[in-house]
Amino acid sequence: MDASFFFTQFVSGLTMATLLFLVASGLTLIFGVGNVFNFAHGSFYMLGAYFGYQFVTVWGNNFWLSLVLTAVCVGLVGMVVEAVFLRRIYGRANEGGFQILLTYSFILIIDDLVKLIWGTEYKSLPRPQGFQGAFQAGDIYFPAYNLLIIAIGLFVVVAAWWILSRTRAGRVARAAATDREIVGVLGVNVPRTMTLVFGIATALGGMAGALAAPLRTVTPGAGIEVIIDSLIVVVLGGMGNFWGAWFGAILIGEVNAFAVAFVPKWATLFSFLVMVIVLVFKPEGLFATRKIRKL
Amino acid sequence: MTKETAMNFKAATLWGMIVVLFALVPVLASSPYQINLASHVLIWSLFAVSFNMLWGVTGMLSLGQALFYGLGAYSVGLLVNYLGSAWYLPGIGIGLLAAALLAFFLGLLVIRVGGVYFTMLTLAFGQLAWQITFKWYDFTGGDDGIQGIMPPGLLGNKTAYYYFLLVLVLVSIWILKRMAYSPFGLILRCVQQNPDRVRFLGRRVRRNQLRIYIISSFFSALAGSLMVGVDSSIHTDMLYWTTSGEVILMSVLGGINQFFGPFVGAVAIILIEDYVGAYTEYWSLIIGTIMLVMVLGFPKGLVGEARRLIMRFGRTETGR
Amino acid sequence: MAPILELKAVDKSFGGLHVTSKVSFAVMPGEISAIIGPNGAGKTTLFNQITGHLRSDAGAIFFKEENIVGRSPQQIVARGMGRAFQIASIFPDETVLDNIRAACLSRLGQTRKFWRSVVTFRQATEDAHAILDSLGLDSQADRLAFELAHGDQKLLDIGIALALKPALLLLDEPTAGMSPDERQHTRALIKKLWKAFDLTLVFIEHDMDMVFGIAQVVRVLQQGALLAEGTPEEIRANKQVITAYLGEDF
Repeated sequence: MDASFFFTQFVSGLTMATLLFLVASGLTLIFGVGNVFNFAHGSFYMLGAYFGYQFVTVWGNNFWLSLVLTAVCVGLVGMVVEAVFLRRIYGRANEGGFQILLTYSFILIIDDLVKLIWGTEYKSLPRPQGFQGAFQAGDIYFPAYNLLIIAIGLFVVVAAWWILSRTRAGRVARAAATDREIVGVLGVNVPRTMTLVFGIATALGGMAGALAAPLRTVTPGAGIEVIIDSLIVVVLGGMGNFWGAWFGAILIGEVNAFAVAFVPKWATLFSFLVMVIVLVFKPEGLFATRKIRKL
Repeated sequence: MTKETAMNFKAATLWGMIVVLFALVPVLASSPYQINLASHVLIWSLFAVSFNMLWGVTGMLSLGQALFYGLGAYSVGLLVNYLGSAWYLPGIGIGLLAAALLAFFLGLLVIRVGGVYFTMLTLAFGQLAWQITFKWYDFTGGDDGIQGIMPPGLLGNKTAYYYFLLVLVLVSIWILKRMAYSPFGLILRCVQQNPDRVRFLGRRVRRNQLRIYIISSFFSALAGSLMVGVDSSIHTDMLYWTTSGEVILMSVLGGINQFFGPFVGAVAIILIEDYVGAYTEYWSLIIGTIMLVMVLGFPKGLVGEARRLIMRFGRTETGR
Repeated sequence: MAPILELKAVDKSFGGLHVTSKVSFAVMPGEISAIIGPNGAGKTTLFNQITGHLRSDAGAIFFKEENIVGRSPQQIVARGMGRAFQIASIFPDETVLDNIRAACLSRLGQTRKFWRSVVTFRQATEDAHAILDSLGLDSQADRLAFELAHGDQKLLDIGIALALKPALLLLDEPTAGMSPDERQHTRALIKKLWKAFDLTLVFIEHDMDMVFGIAQVVRVLQQGALLAEGTPEEIRANKQVITAYLGEDF
């Protein structure tokens, strides 16, 4: 294994890890703050990819502007969905099961709506100007667009760290993750906070979808693949744990990238393998913040 | 006691009607297609009822029962494909055994974690099985599946096969029904409602969960293996997560807290699918909307809501 | 006579904070005793340790002369310990009868039977009716448990524990959330059950009429430690207890 091959795979793994992290961090945030499992989170990712396609390819907007617009629009859709539908079942008996079913119905509905609006053909998105090529360092080439995604991911991580540890909103979110009653006591409007968290999380997912679109083709049904990958990431890191999701994403991204290089056909099995190993030895995840609810 | 006898009589009448109705299908059917449709209804009913033993009864929402349904189907399909149609019935037996064994080992892994984790892990393992089947083209036929799988001898006749599956499905549902009303079933419901209290009854929560996981998976595999002879084929879609989703939908539609809820749900969904499927390709938009409406508005399902209405009506009547 | 339950320097701490520390006492068979103490004194935590819900950090708990630290609740229940909870712990969607019957079936080792309907299990059904009768709940046997009044749900919880025919029964605030009338009724009922079922009873309670009315022994917990132990008269006269807990006007 020479250095150039190693670095190429490594960067490709980091790219995937970043995209996964953007989706998984939203998933884990919603779960941590609201104890809601958003099974449809992958569908917001897919929605992001289609919005990006619409803004850039169809309407010919600037990539950067489109990225921001996509995040905002997907976030708004997420907030509406939370406020109109999800909120109705909070606190119901067997809520967990009904959450999954309700968000499952979103997957089915969003999938078909996307087909109705954009059709079933594959869509593609060009890379933004200035990021089509690759940087060269010695005899190693780094695709510029991949580096860009990684940089954006790092920016989100730093921003998230700053918000979670330095702002009041972040402290409230962290408090909510450990003890829900405290938040009410602090005088926070819990329903509004939840809608906002849902909006931020889905906006992150939508942004990931738009960022991924130039690398992967955009198709309906992409949501479920992403949700399963993010789910593995979240299980690895410990549900509701932000940093666990980051670590899990990097682990799965790299495992995948190298598996693709060595055993392309069976590559997808490796992330499952990692998950099984973790489950056997540490079922609550590598960085669990709280005991998992026993059934 | 008279009340119980009356209830038993009612249940027996209901059972009798169901049996007679389904037994008459080949006689009344005007085309083989109707027998095929009735077969689908029966098999999905078994699949849904066995799934609901997990969810509605014990509170374990699995999103991966397609794994066992597919395992049953592929055991029969592959054995017949590679070794000949004499292996059809042994294939069913092998599939059931494999499902029970797999459920035991998988159960040890996924039952340790509760709630949403359980759901998501069953989904992940289900998708893993689907991917393996999908990619192992040389052995499983991948996305093409395998066609032309015929049961041997007399069972090759569609009507004979229909009665074969009718008996197996009804007997299985009967067994599950007895189980649901037995002490074991009572403990399972207790596990759903208050697992901590079950521990203080001196019963092991996880062990009971594992038992029902194995039983449910066993009957899901039976449903899958019976389906092979109906469609004469196996396909990776049988393992795909939407198949697991379909039985959830059937259970929700019919009512998860009623033993016959999933049965009613399965009948309704198969018939709607058959009817609507002819008009539109946007099937998942329709079932998604049905699911949304049921979850938000009628969480008790068709059977549950009907019962509630009857009870309310009955109460006002006696009140007068 | 050997104690049925003996705690020896039992400890539990959460994140460095001692919730119970070095608690030692012995409960004799047939005794009815109360544990009192201000909120946060560690009473429920102590119950959780005894019943195997929480694992003690240090010390030993002897139940029927065997150390049960590290045992699971199932194992401890199987040895003959029963428990009712501060917030009624019942099976809300089952009938009142089935709540008790599930416990009876469990005691009779019949919970693995999967063929016959629960109604055909005569012994369990008769036992369940007998227990409902002694609780005064038999007229409500066919109602769903969640439909019961709050006080009746608490009684049902006690009934579930009784159905296991425990040698030792722990009750966590049996009268919590009850009206004065209900309290009086429950107080008399618990004393009656104690005699009728030949129980050893330990209860946590804030209702002083109950504590000083029916307990033979009173133990006072304060900040996780045992402050005093004695007959109701001794506790009433104990200066430390009065200043720490009961108040001057007692």
